[in-house]
Amino acid sequence: MMQLFQRNSFYDLAQRRFVRNRLAIIGAVITAVFVFIAIFAPILTPYGPSEFFFAEDGVTYNRYAPPSSDHWLGTDSLGRDVLTRVFYGARVTIVVAFSAVLISTIVGTIVGLVAGFFGGIIDSILMRIVDVVISFPVLFLLISISTILEPSLWIVVFAIGFVRWTNTARLVRGEVLRIKQLDFISAARGCGSPSPKIIIRHIIPNVLAPVMVQITIGTAQAVLMEASLSFLGVGIQQPTPSWGNMLIDAQRSLVLREMPWIWIPPGTVTLLLVLGIYFLGDGLRDAFDPKQ
Amino acid sequence: MARYILKRLIQSIPVVFGITVLSFAIMKFAPGDPLANFIDPTISMEDIEASRAALGLNDPWYVQYAGWLSEVARGNLGYTYAGNHSIRALIAQRFPNTIILTLSAFVLSFAVGVPIGVMGAIRKNTRTDYGLTVFSLVGVSIPSFFFGLLVIYLFSILLGVFPSGGMVNMRARYTGFARTLDIAHHLILPAIVLSLSNIATVSRFTRSNMVDVLKEDYIRTARAKGLRRKAIIYKHAFRNALIPVITIFGLSIPFLFSGAYITESIFNWPGMGSLGIQAIQDREYGIVMALNLITASLVLLGNLTADVLYAVADPRIRH
Repeated sequence: MMQLFQRNSFYDLAQRRFVRNRLAIIGAVITAVFVFIAIFAPILTPYGPSEFFFAEDGVTYNRYAPPSSDHWLGTDSLGRDVLTRVFYGARVTIVVAFSAVLISTIVGTIVGLVAGFFGGIIDSILMRIVDVVISFPVLFLLISISTILEPSLWIVVFAIGFVRWTNTARLVRGEVLRIKQLDFISAARGCGSPSPKIIIRHIIPNVLAPVMVQITIGTAQAVLMEASLSFLGVGIQQPTPSWGNMLIDAQRSLVLREMPWIWIPPGTVTLLLVLGIYFLGDGLRDAFDPKQ
Repeated sequence: MARYILKRLIQSIPVVFGITVLSFAIMKFAPGDPLANFIDPTISMEDIEASRAALGLNDPWYVQYAGWLSEVARGNLGYTYAGNHSIRALIAQRFPNTIILTLSAFVLSFAVGVPIGVMGAIRKNTRTDYGLTVFSLVGVSIPSFFFGLLVIYLFSILLGVFPSGGMVNMRARYTGFARTLDIAHHLILPAIVLSLSNIATVSRFTRSNMVDVLKEDYIRTARAKGLRRKAIIYKHAFRNALIPVITIFGLSIPFLFSGAYITESIFNWPGMGSLGIQAIQDREYGIVMALNLITASLVLLGNLTADVLYAVADPRIRH
């Protein structure tokens, strides 16, 4: 792996281009801040995500309290601290997005490598399977899987992974088909390198750059998918906080009209995180593109 | 050309088959017994078994699949568990409304997205370009339900210029042309919400294509020839940059249908998306499966059309 970053190598130059790109650095910082919040959520807030607060009378819950010094972003429909739930929501979002993308990248890369490298009937079968999965609108498929298997965090991860691997598979296959034509592969063949060695030593390092870009785009989309599923009630379930399920309450017109502190913060952080990851991805893409 | 279309049609046969298998599998995996709703304690186990056998629920899965497929091929999508309504009739009722919404969003995506992309490309690396790029990135990053709520908050609650949901004004009961206007009035907000991220995708794609085309040799030739800047941009570059945008036609279709689920449920738009959400809450897997099947087929058809259009526009694809 270190070999990849030798001085003036492709990845070394890309890294230098990346650092010079202001938007990419902003994206990296935003993403890092959210990862930090996700890891240190218990330290950043004195409250628990499902802790209920009582009103001054000590009997009823302190429901829908506006922002105050005790609750910077107020409380929600059950008297829970909104800011605390936003912090803990970052955990859920990041765990789901990263795991889903990990699954889809591994599966997609393997399928793409096999289809592109071996071609023929294997390629046809694998690509028709990809066509089938791609034909279903993502959200339809996600909703179907998630409801039928009873929504839970890992089912959401599995569902997102299942709809996302196809993009990676198509991308990797295309890259492998391109690289396979190049002279250094024929040279390696001529020297008698076995297929597994050609794949690992010569093809994988060359598909790494587009796959890394795909990972960032995939993560951003996975964050949005998780939020959408949870908003529709088929993703992360209460009482676990997720930025998507925190907005469910805003479909009631009283909350939408009078209580912006309930729904503006979780929506805004989702937007910020996704935007940050996209900035990062754009920066990576430009850094890897020698034409720039 | 005919050969190319035929080849693409043959390629889609296994895909159609796969779509039906996956749709069927999703329903077979669904928990619960279709008979559970109808069983009451007075019925004996033998009777339940008899009706299971009569309904074919004890047959192996491939027999059930074949039976289901032959019904679907005849246009029978089954009946709901509750009330025994025809699923086909339910969907037929909602289908036009979803088409109105997705088609408007589709037109809006290209009518707005393409000019934004072209503007960004011809003013590359200026403030306008950066502004449009950030707009596009925000457009793809904002969760559609959050954007939908913001739009309702701003335009319906604060300004009161657009209705916050529904498709017609229930109280006014307009007819004829007034009804069309009323629907259009209700359509504006959901169409904007549904198209936003597609506008962003189209404009980003158009921009990068246009930037690439403007670097081509024939653009330099046209410039050297002394053609006016406008002629170069709109006659030479624009046309060539538009060809790859056709691929986004195909990609937009599943994207818009997905988006319709969320947009329709936020705006109470009486289409297939809100039907689907309702079906999930009621555990009506038959409806969910039928919607999956229909939209997947539409997507396949859309992709096929996009591929054929691409081949018409760019003869190199055909060979």
